Amino acid sequence: MKIQTKINGHLREDEVEPRLLLVHYLRDVAGLTGTHIGCETSLCGACTVLLNGEAVKSCTLFAVQADGGEITTIEALGNHEKLHPLQEGFWEEHGLQCGFCTPGMILAAYQLLCRNPHPSREEIRKGLEGNLCRCTGYQHIVKAIEYAAQKIGSPDA
Amino acid sequence: MIPEPFEYHIPKNLEEASRLLAQFGGEGKILAGGHSLVPMMKLRLAAPKHLIDLGRLTDLKYIRESDGRIEIGALTTHFQIQSSSLLKEKCPLLPETAREIGDVQVRNKGTIGGSLAHSDPAADWPAAILALAGEIQARNVSSSRWIPASEFFVDLLTTALGGDEVLTAIRVPVAPPRSGHAYLKLHHPASGYAMVGVAAQVLLNEARHIESASVGVTGVGPKAYRATAVEEALRGKAPSRQNLEAAAAHAAEGIDVNSDLYASAEYRSHLAQVYTRRALEKALERAHGK
Repeated sequence: MKIQTKINGHLREDEVEPRLLLVHYLRDVAGLTGTHIGCETSLCGACTVLLNGEAVKSCTLFAVQADGGEITTIEALGNHEKLHPLQEGFWEEHGLQCGFCTPGMILAAYQLLCRNPHPSREEIRKGLEGNLCRCTGYQHIVKAIEYAAQKIGSPDA
Repeated sequence: MIPEPFEYHIPKNLEEASRLLAQFGGEGKILAGGHSLVPMMKLRLAAPKHLIDLGRLTDLKYIRESDGRIEIGALTTHFQIQSSSLLKEKCPLLPETAREIGDVQVRNKGTIGGSLAHSDPAADWPAAILALAGEIQARNVSSSRWIPASEFFVDLLTTALGGDEVLTAIRVPVAPPRSGHAYLKLHHPASGYAMVGVAAQVLLNEARHIESASVGVTGVGPKAYRATAVEEALRGKAPSRQNLEAAAAHAAEGIDVNSDLYASAEYRSHLAQVYTRRALEKALERAHGK
C-alpha cells in the first residue's frame, strides 16, 4: 500500500506492507535509527515518537495508520550545534547512562512540557510512566526535564 | 515482532465499515486505536485476514451531553476523556478511570470503544461503565441497538456484539446531585493492567444515608462484573465504616476468581474486598462534600 508521511518536515511516499510497524518504517525504510526498539510489547517506551503532535509508541502502530500524518523523531529535535533544551538537560544533568531509552524519554518529556510547561517532580514522573530506564534510577531524568522546563520558560531561551 | 500478513481496509464511513465486517465474517476485525489488538497481532494471538481501520472516521470522536446523559463516540481516546472538562463536571468517574489506563502514549491512541469491544478481563473501562449502568451502541448494516453494560460483557474477551456489529458509542447518565464516585486500582507491576480495579458510585438520601450504591469490579474474574451483593448490603444503610466493611466482604462473592503468578485467588479476593471498601469510602467522602 502506498503511504505519504511527513517525517521531521520532509515529505515521503513509500510502498509498504500493511503489517509493517511504524517503528520499522522509521528505522528500516526512512533510515532514522534514532528511534529505538526496546521491548516491542508497548511497555518500555523506547520507540516513542510524535505523531501529529502526540507521543505514541511506534511499535504499536502500523505504518499505514500514519498515512497522511506528521511524524517527529529524535533526529529533528536539535542538532550538534544547537541542542534542544531537553537534550541539553539530559547532557547537563546526566539523564542517561547507556542511552538506549533516551530518545523515547526525550519525546515523552517533550509531550509532557507541551501539555504542562511547569510540571512538578511528581507530574514529571507521572508523565514518564510509559518509559522505562534500567540505568539511571530516574532521578537524573527528572532533573533533566526540570532543567529543560526552566530553560524553555526563561526569556533568553 | 511481525504480525501475520493481512489486508488493510479504510472504510469511508460507518456503513462501509459494517458492510466490510459482514462481508469478511470471522476473518475481519475492526481496528480502532489498536492498543489491544496490535499487541495481540504481534504475539500472533490474533491473526485477522482483514483489518478494517476506523481510525479516519473522526465523527466517531466526540463527547456530548443531551437529555441528562453523556454520550461518547467509540473512537474517543482515553486522553480525551481524561482531559474533558464536560466530563470532569458531569461524570467525573470517567476521567478518573481514564487516567489510570496504561500510560501517556497508550492514552493518546487507545480508545474507549476499542477497549470495551476487546473486553480484557483486567481492563479499566468495563468497571466504570458497569458502575454507571451505561449502555453500549452496536450497529450493523441495517440496524442499531443499545446494549446495557450488564449484558455486554459475556465472558473472557467475549462481548454481546454480533459478528457483524460495530461498537459506535457509549452513553451514561449524568452524575446525580448528592452522588460521589471513585475508581481505585492496584496496577499490575509490569503491564499496568488492573490486578483489581473497583469503580463505585454512591447516592445519598436526604438523611445522608446510602440511597443506592453501584460497584463495578475488574481484574478479579474472567470478565468485569457488578458486585450486586455489595450493593444490596448498602441500600438504606448509614455510611459507617462497619457497614462498608460488612458490605465489601461480598465483593468477590460467586466469582470464579483469577489466580496467577502475581496473585492467588485467595489474595485477589481479599484485594477485591479491600479496594471495594476504599472505593466506597472515597465515593462517600465526595458525596458528602457536595
